[in-house]
Amino acid sequence: MSIEAPVTATAPVSTGPDAPPHPLVDFWRDFGRNKGAVAGLVVIVLVTLMAIFADFVAPHSPIEQFRDALLRPPAWTENGSWTYPLGTDAVGRDLLSRLIFGARLSMLIGFIVVTLSLIVGVTLGLIAGFFQGPVAIVIMRAMDIVLSLPSILLAIVIVTILGPSLINAMIAVTVVVTPHYVRLTRAAVMTELSRDYVTASRLAGAGLLRLMLVTVLPNCVPPLIVQATLGFSTAILDAAALGFLGLGAQPPTAEWGTMLSNSREFIRSAWWVVTFPGLAILITVLAFNLLGDGLRDALDPKLKR
Amino acid sequence: MLRFLLTRVSLIIPTFLGVTLLTFALIRLVPGDPILLLAGERAVDPERYAQLRSAMGLDRPLLEQYAIYIWNVLQGDLGRSIVTKRPVLSEFLALFPATLELAICAILFAVVVGLPVGILAGVRRGKIADHTVMGLSLTGYSMPIFWWGILLILLFSVTLGWTPVSGRIDVRYWVDSVTGFMLIDSLLSDEPGAFRSAVSHLILPTIVLGTIPLAVVARMTRSAMLEVLNEDYIRTARAKGLSPARVIWVHALRNALIPVITVIGLQVSVLLTGAILTETIFSWPGVGKWILESVYRRDYPILQGGVLLLATVVIIVNLTVEVLYGIINPRISRGR
Repeated sequence: MSIEAPVTATAPVSTGPDAPPHPLVDFWRDFGRNKGAVAGLVVIVLVTLMAIFADFVAPHSPIEQFRDALLRPPAWTENGSWTYPLGTDAVGRDLLSRLIFGARLSMLIGFIVVTLSLIVGVTLGLIAGFFQGPVAIVIMRAMDIVLSLPSILLAIVIVTILGPSLINAMIAVTVVVTPHYVRLTRAAVMTELSRDYVTASRLAGAGLLRLMLVTVLPNCVPPLIVQATLGFSTAILDAAALGFLGLGAQPPTAEWGTMLSNSREFIRSAWWVVTFPGLAILITVLAFNLLGDGLRDALDPKLKR
Repeated sequence: MLRFLLTRVSLIIPTFLGVTLLTFALIRLVPGDPILLLAGERAVDPERYAQLRSAMGLDRPLLEQYAIYIWNVLQGDLGRSIVTKRPVLSEFLALFPATLELAICAILFAVVVGLPVGILAGVRRGKIADHTVMGLSLTGYSMPIFWWGILLILLFSVTLGWTPVSGRIDVRYWVDSVTGFMLIDSLLSDEPGAFRSAVSHLILPTIVLGTIPLAVVARMTRSAMLEVLNEDYIRTARAKGLSPARVIWVHALRNALIPVITVIGLQVSVLLTGAILTETIFSWPGVGKWILESVYRRDYPILQGGVLLLATVVIIVNLTVEVLYGIINPRISRGR
């Protein structure tokens, strides 16, 4: 049948029914079956769009104080108005606008922390995987030390040294999460190094850098993608925790954790000021965890039924 | 076995030294001159300054300073608090039981709820029960616990008035500290109602601190059950005509527990991280709140000593878990 009708609407690379589908197609089918992961992806795309277009989406400026509307409740309650859909805080700033701009910060934190820790972690992991002996021992021991400290505690120490600010909180969180990437990369590298294709490449005369970056690294990518996705949620959560403790972003910055710490005193009088920032953190973190779980299932051949 | 034990124990020495290097560096890296920090508001004349400098050993070479630091640490001398002037170690030891009590209750909560729920999800794979458990546990795993705590206070303390907002026990009761554990001490005291008060103060912090470990235990139990339920010996047990309950609770669970126990042990680091946040929210007088307040007060000897002591706790617990794991599962200890 395929001989008689060679030119159809199908893609040129597709072949007969017996050939395995392209890995990406295969991946997408597995991924699409996981409704939670798809939902997570949708939420992440929405939050990202909201973060990028915050200036257009947000009804007000995140730091403008409406002095005639202090602690106004959300629109659907008594005394609420649609001018401030989610209400206002103690100095009359629109909560929804602050949450939208907070999304920009949180996504940025996640992106920077994940990028930095990927670069540092993969580099150290590759080195520790390729050079057995003292170099690997020193790197892995250093990572053990970092991992033996409770993460928030280490972050607090770093922020104490550098001073509390959003940038320093990001640096602290990066230091805390990097060991996971190092361990993961090293383990993947060590598995790959014993494979025949690496030996073949070596015999063909490939240099060290080529072996590292071109031959081995691409085959270590799947677990790193999963870790990076989950890394977003850790970064957002830890940075928010530091903000909550007063050691991250400083007021009046619209950061979700910082917003929460400033609103604690209104817990009895204004539930919305306390509830919504935390909900924003939870939804975003949950979305990244759902996506990470889905990616792991789709990328891990062992879990396929 | 002995060799396994010795290797494991010898491996923690460099880790411990690394942590001391970090805490040693900490006090020198924080902004501000250590002597002026110690002096606080008071002015220090140059003569006194030089005297203090040599008394604190700050004029010696860095390596020598480090050696002195290690020597002092090994003798239990972690310096004194700038604010209270009391030794850091004795302050830590006075507050640690409160943190330990909370952590133990949290892990018990996580296991008592997480284990059965994880088993249920594993056995009912793909059913509504499974989806509910997995959805809830992923939500718990994603929970910003500092917000979760505030939310629970809002609901149970402020709105319903069921539980107290903060502290370990009502101020009406005076309980002598015998063990440091309020639950035990309040039982030992003759005060009627003290135990009840202690329990009601513990409930919310336990739930908040136990939420993430609960999610981890439930997820781990489920996947361990799924793995074990596919084994041949389970099919054999079923084929023998054993009741499904016996197969699950006796045959499957015993093997599924091995990875679960490891995961529980590894939650200690998570618990101590969470303790800093939980204790802050509930004004729980433990080491987490103590360390955080030392940051606000710039009481750096406490931060330095507290970090070292907490890291030591984590290192020792992780070692114990590894050794126990080696005993339960001989394949590990004979591996290398």
